[in-house]
Amino acid sequence: MAEIAAQKTLGNHLGGHLRENGMLVALVAIVTFFLVVVRVFEGVDFLSAQNITNLFLQNSYVIIMALGMLLVIVAGHIDLSVGSVVGFTGAVAAVLTVNLDWPVAAVIPACLCVGFLIGAAQGYWIAYWRIPSFIVTLAGMLVFRGLTLWLLDGQNIGPFPKSFQSLSTGFIPDVFGVGKPNVTAVVLVSIGALVVVTLGWRARVRDAEFGMEQEPMAVFALRNLIMAAALIFVGWKLASFRGLPNVVVVLTVLTVLYAFFTENTVTGRRIYALGGNEKAARLSGISTDRLVFLTFCNMGVLAALAGMIVAARLNSSTPKAGGGFELDVIAAVFIGGASMSGGVGKIVGVVIGALIMGVMNNGMSIMGIGIDYQQVIKGLVLLAAVIFDVYNKNK
Amino acid sequence: MAILEMRGISKVFPGVRALDHVNLTVEAGEIHAICGENGAGKSTLMKVLSGVYPHGSYEGEIFFDGALLQNRSISDSERKGIIIIHQELALVPLLSIAENLFLGNEVASRGVINWPETFQKTGVLLRKVGLDEAPGTPVEKLGVGKQQLIEIAKALAKDVRLLILDEPTAALQENDSQKLLDLLLELKAQGITSILISHKLNEISRVADRITIIRDGASVSTLTAAEISEDRIIRDMVGRDMAHRYPERVPNVGEVLMEVTGWSVWHPEQTERQMIRDVSLTVRRGEVVGIAGLMGTGRTELAMSLFGRSYGRAITGQVKIGGKVVDTSTVSKAIAAGLSYVTEDRKALGLVLEEPIVRNITLANLFGVSRRGVLDKRRESKVAEEYRRSLAIRTPGVFQKVVNLSGGNQQKVVLSKWLFTDPQVLLLDEPTRGIDVGAKFEIYGIMNELAAQGRGVVMISSEMPELLGMCDRIYVMNEGRIVGELSRAEASQERIMALILKAGGKATSNGKAA
Repeated sequence: MAEIAAQKTLGNHLGGHLRENGMLVALVAIVTFFLVVVRVFEGVDFLSAQNITNLFLQNSYVIIMALGMLLVIVAGHIDLSVGSVVGFTGAVAAVLTVNLDWPVAAVIPACLCVGFLIGAAQGYWIAYWRIPSFIVTLAGMLVFRGLTLWLLDGQNIGPFPKSFQSLSTGFIPDVFGVGKPNVTAVVLVSIGALVVVTLGWRARVRDAEFGMEQEPMAVFALRNLIMAAALIFVGWKLASFRGLPNVVVVLTVLTVLYAFFTENTVTGRRIYALGGNEKAARLSGISTDRLVFLTFCNMGVLAALAGMIVAARLNSSTPKAGGGFELDVIAAVFIGGASMSGGVGKIVGVVIGALIMGVMNNGMSIMGIGIDYQQVIKGLVLLAAVIFDVYNKNK
Repeated sequence: MAILEMRGISKVFPGVRALDHVNLTVEAGEIHAICGENGAGKSTLMKVLSGVYPHGSYEGEIFFDGALLQNRSISDSERKGIIIIHQELALVPLLSIAENLFLGNEVASRGVINWPETFQKTGVLLRKVGLDEAPGTPVEKLGVGKQQLIEIAKALAKDVRLLILDEPTAALQENDSQKLLDLLLELKAQGITSILISHKLNEISRVADRITIIRDGASVSTLTAAEISEDRIIRDMVGRDMAHRYPERVPNVGEVLMEVTGWSVWHPEQTERQMIRDVSLTVRRGEVVGIAGLMGTGRTELAMSLFGRSYGRAITGQVKIGGKVVDTSTVSKAIAAGLSYVTEDRKALGLVLEEPIVRNITLANLFGVSRRGVLDKRRESKVAEEYRRSLAIRTPGVFQKVVNLSGGNQQKVVLSKWLFTDPQVLLLDEPTRGIDVGAKFEIYGIMNELAAQGRGVVMISSEMPELLGMCDRIYVMNEGRIVGELSRAEASQERIMALILKAGGKATSNGKAA
């Protein structure tokens, strides 16, 4: 009897949280798929140390921008300009470092400021003039693409000094001096895994205290086991290659910060309320205009950071850099479970969504699938993820 | 001969019997007025008639032209010539008069619109309703009065046989109202039957041949023109017995807590329209103060403009709380000054429906559960849990989404949210609307408890028995003004109604003089 009851609650729970766990399952499934297929047809190890490193280097900018885009979308808006902002800030970085010989330590904050100002300029019209964000950022997309071309005069500018390149292609050195495997990487990742599991456990205990709906112990354990194992596996692989890429560290720190911000701060909570019901939020004393404005400022800063990382990776600024990135970023956010109407979405989901897109890009490229089929498949995955959401909601 | 006969119409919503065996007979070629308090069931009855509630979703029978009417939709009833014009106009502002008149009823062959014929027909219809406008004029360029006439022309375009007007003059100026009423009389001469829902007795006595009064979802009486008198109508509209539907309370009224003086508010878009005119009122500690008045008289606008200027523009006047002038220019300042506003539209303005109870309760005072901007979720959950217990919110847990709660429990969540800001004065706008009887009693109990704690409670309500049962003092509002103040001992439904109607009459005569 008790067993049947337990099974029933397990079933109910999985039904209710299909989305959250489904994302993780989908990611694992896609990785496994490529692991097998790539091995059989290409004779290559999909999860080799080098490919894992590549995966992160190739997709870091999408994840970074998706963090900001989640806030924009949760607030009930959209930002189509981020791809152009990536190009523009990359160009600014190139002009400052290569043409004007600014020190890298000054260029990075300067570019972040440029990103902030771009976000502020767009956010101003959206928040205070109530011009639809779709239109303002569509204009921004054109304006900043044009300004990129103008700034670069249609040419590529490069190469960057070593210190700037390390933004993207640098690795954390091994402080323990072993080198191979990189002990620092192993230690940092192990600590990370421990922290994830501990925080998860603490949240679970707190939820139990207030009678919040609990996920069954089995699901909790399995989920944490998968996450910790994946983390340690990835860390070990990276350690056996060149260590932790700087980008991965930046990425991890930002992800943790934004996850904390969205779940545990007053401002983060208010953004969700704003997206869920703007009028109710305003009548609860929340200055919704300013909040929207700040959301776009934040998006601008993250786009600028992504712009520099892209420029550093290519080791030059090109007029076409960042073209179409906005679509990858927005797709990652929606695959990650955010709602078009605002108020819904989680940082963890978005990161997983971005990883799904990234793994598919990488896997299909290794298999030599043409860019034509790649686009079709990615489009269908986005559509399927959102249909899955809508179906679940209507059920 | 009767063109319409509604027999024993009953309509039940979850928890509410909106209509209870209503009978209505309308003779061919007459103007038949329907009168009743807000919430008496007039609109529901008209929705049954016009097919908004299809056949089968109500009990009873409707005969139109002697044949049983079984509408499945609005278009069904429109085809038979029953056309309803709602209070909120259903025109597309950016389309032209001609396009609006034939919207969904286009003069076309095989999907291609015949513009010359459309314009020619539009001209004929406009002459019929006495409008001298070019058929190509966008509707938004016209005033509300003319838009109302366009609605009637639209009905005429569909070969109307029974025209239903739901408070058509509520938003109109005096001379526009007169024009509209003249038009009704003219249509009557052409043989079109009308049903007129209205609060304004002078209008009814001017045009109506007969009047049916509805109260508490039942038809009380049908009077002929000769029998129509203000006293009779008021008595029939409000005459219900007051059972013990309100919790016992011994008022303990203290010193003046909030004082509003010379409060004036203008409409946010229509710059020439003043919504609140020089309103002054006081609320004492431990007092429950009512604001009575018909819908659209500015009660909600008053409350929202007081609460952080959430409504209107060019606001003038002064608010004192606890003897000191306070700044209520934004919502957060108003909250800090000790004001709270529970909106009449819970779902659209009061709650984030897709979020859990706990997040809704703390929304207006997140700093009360956080340290340096970081939320203490343990404390947050405890706070929510306390309100769940003290206000008896019926839910499996505070992490349930509010969208899944019943109306009464949702209202308790809204009240919890405001209680957590520790307000001195609560402005409650229709706090029991859409709530079943049992939950109403609980809400009343909470209000009494708040007053007993020494807070001031202001209750806006369209239900007079509720005001009479709950309030120590009642202000009566009409057309943006406070037209009277009654103590508990003085107050009665008849006196409130009389104050409203007399003020309305005065405004009318003023309008004529001007």
